[in-house]
Amino acid sequence: MLHGIKRTGSTLVALAFTLTTGTASAQGTIKIMYTDPLSGPFAQVGDQNLQQFKYIIDYINGRGGALGRKFELVSFDNKSQPSEALLALKSATDQNIPVIMQCSGSNIAAALIEGVDKHNERNPSNRIVYVNCGAVATELTNEKCSYWHFRMDAHVGMKAETMVRALPKDVTKVYLLNQDYLFGQSVQRDVKSFLTKLRPDVKVVGDELIPLGKVKDFSPYITKVKASGAQALLTGNWGPDMTLLIKGGMDAGLDIRYYTMYAHLGGGPTAIGPAGNGKVRSVMPFHENIAVETGKTDTEGWTRQFRSQHDFDFYAAGFRTIFEFLQAAMNKAGSADPLKFSAALEGLTITDMLGHTVTMRKADHQILSEYFVGVFTKGVKYESEKTGLGWKTETTVLPKDLDQPNTCNMKRPTT
Amino acid sequence: MSEGLVRAAAHTVAAEGVAGRLRRQWPWLAALAVALIVPWLSFDWTTGRHSGFIVSMLSQMGIMIIFALSYNMQMGQSGLLSFGHAVFLGLGGYVTAHALNAAKSGTLPVPLELTPLAGGLGGLAFAILFGYFATKQRATAFAMITLGIGELVASCALMFQTFFGGEGGVSTNRMIGRSLVGVSYAAPIQVYYLIVVWAAIAVALMLLLTRTPLGRMANACRDNFERAQFVGYDPRMVRFVQFSLSGFFAGIAGALYTLTYEIVTYDTVSGAMSANALLMTYIGGVGVFAGPVIGAVLVVLLQSWVSLLSNSWLVYAGVLFILMVTFAPGGIGGLVMMHQPIWRARGLGRLAGPYLRLLVPGLLVAVGFVLVIELCSFLTIGAAQGKTFTLSRVTIEPRTPLPWAVAAVLLVGGGLWLRRAVAGFAAAWHTVVDKIKAAEKRA
Amino acid sequence: MLLFMLASGLTLIFSMMGVLNFAHASMYMLGAYFAFSLSRIIGFWPALVIAPVLCGALGAIIEMYALRRVHRNGHIAELLFTFGLAFIIEKGVQMTWGLLPVPYRVPAVLDRSLFTIYGSNFHSYRGFMLLISALMFVAIWLLLTRTRIGLVIQAALTHPEMVGALGHDVPRVFTIVFAGGSALAGLAGVIGGNYLVTEPSMAVTMGPIVFVVVVFGGLGSLAGCFIASLIMGLVQTFAVVVDVSFADLLARVGVTVTSATPLAEALTIPLPRIGALLPYLMLILVLLVRPRGLMGTRDT
Repeated sequence: MLHGIKRTGSTLVALAFTLTTGTASAQGTIKIMYTDPLSGPFAQVGDQNLQQFKYIIDYINGRGGALGRKFELVSFDNKSQPSEALLALKSATDQNIPVIMQCSGSNIAAALIEGVDKHNERNPSNRIVYVNCGAVATELTNEKCSYWHFRMDAHVGMKAETMVRALPKDVTKVYLLNQDYLFGQSVQRDVKSFLTKLRPDVKVVGDELIPLGKVKDFSPYITKVKASGAQALLTGNWGPDMTLLIKGGMDAGLDIRYYTMYAHLGGGPTAIGPAGNGKVRSVMPFHENIAVETGKTDTEGWTRQFRSQHDFDFYAAGFRTIFEFLQAAMNKAGSADPLKFSAALEGLTITDMLGHTVTMRKADHQILSEYFVGVFTKGVKYESEKTGLGWKTETTVLPKDLDQPNTCNMKRPTT
Repeated sequence: MSEGLVRAAAHTVAAEGVAGRLRRQWPWLAALAVALIVPWLSFDWTTGRHSGFIVSMLSQMGIMIIFALSYNMQMGQSGLLSFGHAVFLGLGGYVTAHALNAAKSGTLPVPLELTPLAGGLGGLAFAILFGYFATKQRATAFAMITLGIGELVASCALMFQTFFGGEGGVSTNRMIGRSLVGVSYAAPIQVYYLIVVWAAIAVALMLLLTRTPLGRMANACRDNFERAQFVGYDPRMVRFVQFSLSGFFAGIAGALYTLTYEIVTYDTVSGAMSANALLMTYIGGVGVFAGPVIGAVLVVLLQSWVSLLSNSWLVYAGVLFILMVTFAPGGIGGLVMMHQPIWRARGLGRLAGPYLRLLVPGLLVAVGFVLVIELCSFLTIGAAQGKTFTLSRVTIEPRTPLPWAVAAVLLVGGGLWLRRAVAGFAAAWHTVVDKIKAAEKRA
Repeated sequence: MLLFMLASGLTLIFSMMGVLNFAHASMYMLGAYFAFSLSRIIGFWPALVIAPVLCGALGAIIEMYALRRVHRNGHIAELLFTFGLAFIIEKGVQMTWGLLPVPYRVPAVLDRSLFTIYGSNFHSYRGFMLLISALMFVAIWLLLTRTRIGLVIQAALTHPEMVGALGHDVPRVFTIVFAGGSALAGLAGVIGGNYLVTEPSMAVTMGPIVFVVVVFGGLGSLAGCFIASLIMGLVQTFAVVVDVSFADLLARVGVTVTSATPLAEALTIPLPRIGALLPYLMLILVLLVRPRGLMGTRDT
């Protein structure tokens, strides 16, 4: 009985709590629906993204927003489930929100691409655009591509090419280790194909797939790596699969270069620690020392201000590029209507905050932007997460170098 | 209960016809009516659109109702605790997705309305396969085997591409152009009504199953499996058949999932989904057939709606479960059934007053508790995310002492008041029950 | 060895109280976080002692004031209770220490290589972990077999009603066992958290494998638990280095598997890829044959 009362009570109270958002566009802001895990074991992903988005949106709104209106972010916790992300989509279309954004999880992205496509086809008067801020499976802009999907981060193929380009000339033996699911298998496949294309002198002396999130003790793998005589370990692993692998290697005294794709994200530097000095590299779109290295003082000041207010590094330069694109596209189209501004968005070119020319490729809606490989080392101006070490650029790959062929065959809307 | 009442009840049943029997099932008919009408309550008359969010949530409820009921076939009716039930939901979903793709390409000419059967048969097949091993044991060993199977299938779903489609899952299109009633299923509301129809069929079948010898034997095996053997049935066989049939219904739920979302991914076979089944069934009440229905509705509401309002919804879920298991192990269904004798004796009115006296302090304590959790959350996490704590346009600042003081007063004061009100309620309850018992004795 | 520490605590709790304690891994997480905060104030070595004690105290409180009341509602009720508890602890940790991993590090004195074997370094912290686990195993074994309370606990593991009939305070024994199990989990967290990663999701990732080890080893048997963790560890390690797949075995008997063969994907999987899944497979196989687990003395 008691709990019954409590249950009714909680529901009633919950009813009384309303979000500041309320309904639709009567207030004049351009709403952007953002969905990612905000609770549960992956809550930190959504949490950090939200903080960076807030900072960026304040900045963009300070520069006039788009069409004289401000941007407003509406968040929806998808709890890492595609069904919840589709619910977010329904909620967005109910409120006539023109854009839905999602950054984490290619399975969710795949569901959203299909969901948005079908919705737009069945409801031409209530369309929505899907901005992909981080789901990197290559097929999403190849076999599974869609007109309404715009990917604002380099895909696995591009990251793999960046990684291969960063390998120094004296490295001739590499070991591949990846997570056994679609993403990890794509990394494995793409890295091997780019090695064959760009570095035929390099030999792959080992190639492993590990079950996702299950391995706690990497020492048998490290032993194999050591026995193979590899000079570099290439991996797309993220989360504990990455940190435990690197820690295992360092503990065993493995003298090797680690090339990763995610060591720079929140929590990575802390988990790797000062022992990783000079060993760990990561493929990244941005780190706070690039502005120092290239002399861009206003960008440096902007990220420094973020650092002073938050306890983690600013890594999402791509998010600012997203909003600069949205701003430019909507202003060019003169409207926030999905059909109109998507036509303006594809093929658009802007200059991003690091001074590079970034393009939204028309054929497959894949962004072409610069990418870097940074090494985790001492002696840089901005250190990461109070470890005393920070990222230093080792290799820069320009947008035009990453203009890879694609197999996209998208259906364009006629009305 | 006394002889007299039993005789009276038997007499009433015998004197009924079909209409009478239907009238006795009025809760189910009422629920069906509610299910049919509810989407229209949120219909936007200006744009002529249903709320996509509400219809999605209702569809999810329909799917979960079938799923939870199928789980209760194992847990409540056969005493089998399974940690891997989502396997059948997910596999049924994958089978349906492949069937739909085949239907679209023309190799499988089946109307859309019948595709859940494909999912059901898929679920049945896998349940027979896995059940053969799992039902060799009972109790803890059974639970652990299902845990192992669940983990293995979930890992396989990630690794193998041909059947599972890898991380991106298998996507499909429900508009295959073949329908028994000529509907295109473009709009979610049409799928929702299909789910209602299938849910009604599944519920009716599962209800009837509980009244068959199989259902009764399952109960017997749950209660005392040694003794059940003396009746002549092999408990292992009973477990096996019950498990397989429950997999059949879970597969139907999985098929409806595929029709609703048009994509099946590996999270449908994950441990989290299995845990969901357990939660829904237990909260709703394992001893009552309709219990899982209530549980499914509540948990979906909690997950999809309350999570919109607060990121601490998991805490509320945790607290709800803890209160439930401590004070009401029979679940909500159990609580409702406790009132049944009082309802029959028409004594419910006498409890109205005590309930109201309980409601007010209860509400205060609930508000106080929610306030504390939300304040903590906003102070630590929410602030950095740029969110403000708003309660119907009044901003609450977590850094000032006032909200905390209010919360403390509500919690402590409300708590003390509640304790007294509970004692009063218990006294009133016993009085009513005693009166009824006395009345029976006289009859 | 970490697995053994976690599993031993759980096996005691599970065997005695029949409670599938889902919050056990949460105690592991709390142990790591307590040690992290404490080691910043008073250093690692005092934290090594205090943090498990804190976890044990927390376990005792939970048992006395909550679990006991839930006990009479049945095993599933207790299971769900620990479930809800796990949610709440996870959120509490997120709110107190944040969502990101915390820099809980191995103490400098242990952060070096102990010796080199076949070209690989054996890190001294691993040796430390091994030492602590072994000491703990010996301590528990001595406690259970040589002290009076230990004998009572052993008896209560298999015949709780009889022990109660003999006049021992069985509820207090339950509390002690639960607190002890939680303290063990906390200790595992203290020494594991800095070697692995200390973050809010560490409970969820550790959870299932611990149950597998406990049930595989058998309820009511500490030795079974020890052997089970050893076997699991060895199997996973050897699976990684043995690069064979089912298809290779079939090839030996003359059957070739091509991409057209049904289930080709499953047959060509090399053993290293499924190494971490083998414990679950082994669990199922063992349970089919011996429902009590490897060395179990009690059936639930």
